[in-house]
Amino acid sequence: MFYREAGQFKTSYQADVAIFPIRQDRIAIALIALTAFVVIPLLATPYLFTGILIPFLILSLAAIGLNILTGYAGQLSLGTAAFMAVGAFASYNFMLRVPEMPILLAFIGGGTIAALVGILFGLPSLRIRGFYLAVATLAAQFFILWFLTKVGWVTNYSSSGVITAQPIVILGYTFATPAAKYLLVLSIVGLMALAAKNMARGNVGRSWMAVRDMDVAAEVIGIRLMHAKLLAFAVSSFYCGVAGALFAYVYLGTVEPEAFNLDLSFRILFMVIIGGMGTILGSFLGSAFVTLLPVLLSMTVRYLDSNLNLHIAESAISNLEFMVFGGLIIFFLIVEPHGLARLWQIAKEKLRLWPFPH
Amino acid sequence: MQFFFEVLIGGLLSGVMYSLVALGFVLIYKASGVFNFAQGAMVFFAALTYVGLLEQGMPALLALPATLAVMVVLALGIERVVLRPLVNQPQITLFMATIGLTFFIEGLAQITWGANVRGLDLGLQDEPIQWVTDATGMAVSKFDLVAAGVAAILVTLLALFFNRTRIGRALRAVADDHQAALAVGIPLQQIWAIVWGVAGAIALVAGLLWGARNGVQYALTFVALKALPVLILGGFESIPGAIVGGLIIGASEKLAEVYLGPFVGGGIEGWFPYVLALLFLLIRPEGLFGEKIIRRI
Amino acid sequence: MTPGRSSGAVLLAVDNISLSFGGVKALTGISFDVREQEIRAIIGPNGAGKSSMLNVINGVYHPQQGTITFRGEVRRDMNTHRAAAQGIARTFQNIALFKGMSVLDNILTGRNLKMHATFIEQAIYLGRARREELENRRKVEEVIDFLEIQHIRKTPVGKLPYGLQKRVELARALAAEPILLLLDEPMAGMNIEEKQDMCRFVLDVNEQYGTTIVLIEHDMGVVMDISDRVIVLDYGKKIGDGTPDEVRGSQAVIDAYLGVAN
Repeated sequence: MFYREAGQFKTSYQADVAIFPIRQDRIAIALIALTAFVVIPLLATPYLFTGILIPFLILSLAAIGLNILTGYAGQLSLGTAAFMAVGAFASYNFMLRVPEMPILLAFIGGGTIAALVGILFGLPSLRIRGFYLAVATLAAQFFILWFLTKVGWVTNYSSSGVITAQPIVILGYTFATPAAKYLLVLSIVGLMALAAKNMARGNVGRSWMAVRDMDVAAEVIGIRLMHAKLLAFAVSSFYCGVAGALFAYVYLGTVEPEAFNLDLSFRILFMVIIGGMGTILGSFLGSAFVTLLPVLLSMTVRYLDSNLNLHIAESAISNLEFMVFGGLIIFFLIVEPHGLARLWQIAKEKLRLWPFPH
Repeated sequence: MQFFFEVLIGGLLSGVMYSLVALGFVLIYKASGVFNFAQGAMVFFAALTYVGLLEQGMPALLALPATLAVMVVLALGIERVVLRPLVNQPQITLFMATIGLTFFIEGLAQITWGANVRGLDLGLQDEPIQWVTDATGMAVSKFDLVAAGVAAILVTLLALFFNRTRIGRALRAVADDHQAALAVGIPLQQIWAIVWGVAGAIALVAGLLWGARNGVQYALTFVALKALPVLILGGFESIPGAIVGGLIIGASEKLAEVYLGPFVGGGIEGWFPYVLALLFLLIRPEGLFGEKIIRRI
Repeated sequence: MTPGRSSGAVLLAVDNISLSFGGVKALTGISFDVREQEIRAIIGPNGAGKSSMLNVINGVYHPQQGTITFRGEVRRDMNTHRAAAQGIARTFQNIALFKGMSVLDNILTGRNLKMHATFIEQAIYLGRARREELENRRKVEEVIDFLEIQHIRKTPVGKLPYGLQKRVELARALAAEPILLLLDEPMAGMNIEEKQDMCRFVLDVNEQYGTTIVLIEHDMGVVMDISDRVIVLDYGKKIGDGTPDEVRGSQAVIDAYLGVAN
């Protein structure tokens, strides 16, 4: 009843290709933006910022990166966290060694270095495909982490291998409060998500999907496989690199290479699978899911403990997380392989007909 | 020179242990076309169940078949809940399902039995065999040798099974094309239950040996990840390939650590097998024993 | 069909092409030419090497011997990118559409060589990227109108019936505005009505856009009706080359189809 498109016909191609073609969607997005930029900073607690919103946004960015590589271009990667690490440590070194380096430029620099490393480890994709490529990305994950730990120059010869991120100062203003950090991350992630969406629905996105679906046919219509695949690795790693830099500077503060281990790579892969491969919205939905689930679980455990005297050990919670994630992956792959994003689309379809059943 | 051989033999024997894990992969892949990322988790689960039962007071002679039974039940569960609904989905979907399975099994194992590190005593000592040391001056572990023997027996049995029996042929058909196999009346569900059950048994053997060597702990799952380079070298469908691949990975890993490690600060073992596999893939994308994939358009 | 159409300039010529895979000889010493604006059919029993011949022309396979002359340039072999860039487009025997994308997106991929905006420009989507996107959308809509598939433009390709998928594949090839169109069994698996529609489209493409067409087809009625000249292959060798009537009367061709031992 509310979600009808009646009367909204497009009179130009521009209107047809818009990201939010339906007026109700545009209103919804405006409301979301309003909430995100104005309402939340006024109402949220510091814990909400630092414990939930900021990691949610940063990991969404990493998930977008992985989605570009695996969801759109079809190159399976298990090394996402390693590229985040490159971005983090490269940004750190830019800030450390280049005098008067603007921090945003350092983030971009970190992302660029990550992109270059991504291209290097993406070269095998020209010969290898499928799970062979996945194992090759594992090589990236293990080697990069070893390199960042062993090569002292990277961590400025810190004896513990831990680095402390410099404070974030842009144009004289220090981003120290949780709300300020949140707004910074929100802006960066928002802009980069928009850029990703534009790429995805443009020629480069179509080339990636063509390579994913049938690379021989893609070649025949003139798409250069090497360009397309390496570009996917580069752009994806850039996004992961910036996400890693944000992870270090805004979320963790002090960071060591171990923070970007295989476990994190898997978490981001789960976000992409559960959220919906090959969609930008899915990256956000998946990240929200994976970020909120541990919180929900510990809340449930605490509730069971205090109200029903059902005692579950703290250590069991992380194992429960494992089981729930694993189970949900399988569940989604069986029921809706295209993840939450497709479920959302289906919900919108139903909403169009509401209150009628069909 | 003697030191070199010692390291080499140690590496080869450790490689055999990797092969044991890889065998489980190969079995499942050969028989159902599924790349079972969860094999490592199964090894961990088997080992943990065994020591868990022992801790509960069960005698070893009973705990062993009991664990085997548990692995079979696990296999049946996996077939029913994961594989059956995903019949004929693309390989990548099944692969991701096994990633989910990995996490599920790891969580289940630790919730059931706790996360403490435990030792596993198989009655075999990790000591040098006396007469070998006397004769050649090298230290070759008794334990490693027995493990190699076990692996050799398993490999022979499996190779015979696949190539000589009717069920083996049916398994190969299933691996090729699920729907076609169903169409000719091959009982898919039963076959998968059998295959995953056998893979579970292999996981148990691997789990016992690895657990005895390194202790039963979460890090065991990373050992299983090392089986992936083994598979790349040996090909995903070849049983002898799993052995040869394991030998190469085991030997090269140890040699690299000992001879190259000191120049770069050590810790090479963590990534060397993967990079080796990667370089190998660039030259020969289908592995040593794998079949060349020809695509027709 | 129209007399005199086979007397234009030579657009494509293959000379003494031989192709083998390991020990199997797919093509032996094939030579023929294709003139501008004509419709050339390649016929022959299954396994004769027809698809392989098309694959050689657009660079998917590389012949061990022989040369390919396209638009005056003589080459040892083609590569797919150059073929596409020079105006060769094709369809496939087993549909090679991108199953994950909509009809519109699939056809738009056919225009990828016409779009020059870099990925950064596309990410910002102002200026050149936006202009190109809309301009190419306009061109694609022309093709969609031409092939009468407006009603399915947003449908994911995987959901379409076989006949419509074939039409979408043709649309993708046409979107590239090709000079030479290679069609591999474009009417396979179609009923009479669908075949008539497809014939009409092929003829329209040839007449309206002047596109030269080489097509592989099994339906003899179609071949005799719409092609200007025909090549007959059997076991990788050319056994007939001429107008449909000439080929129909040739003893070698009759023998090949009736299966008389060579």
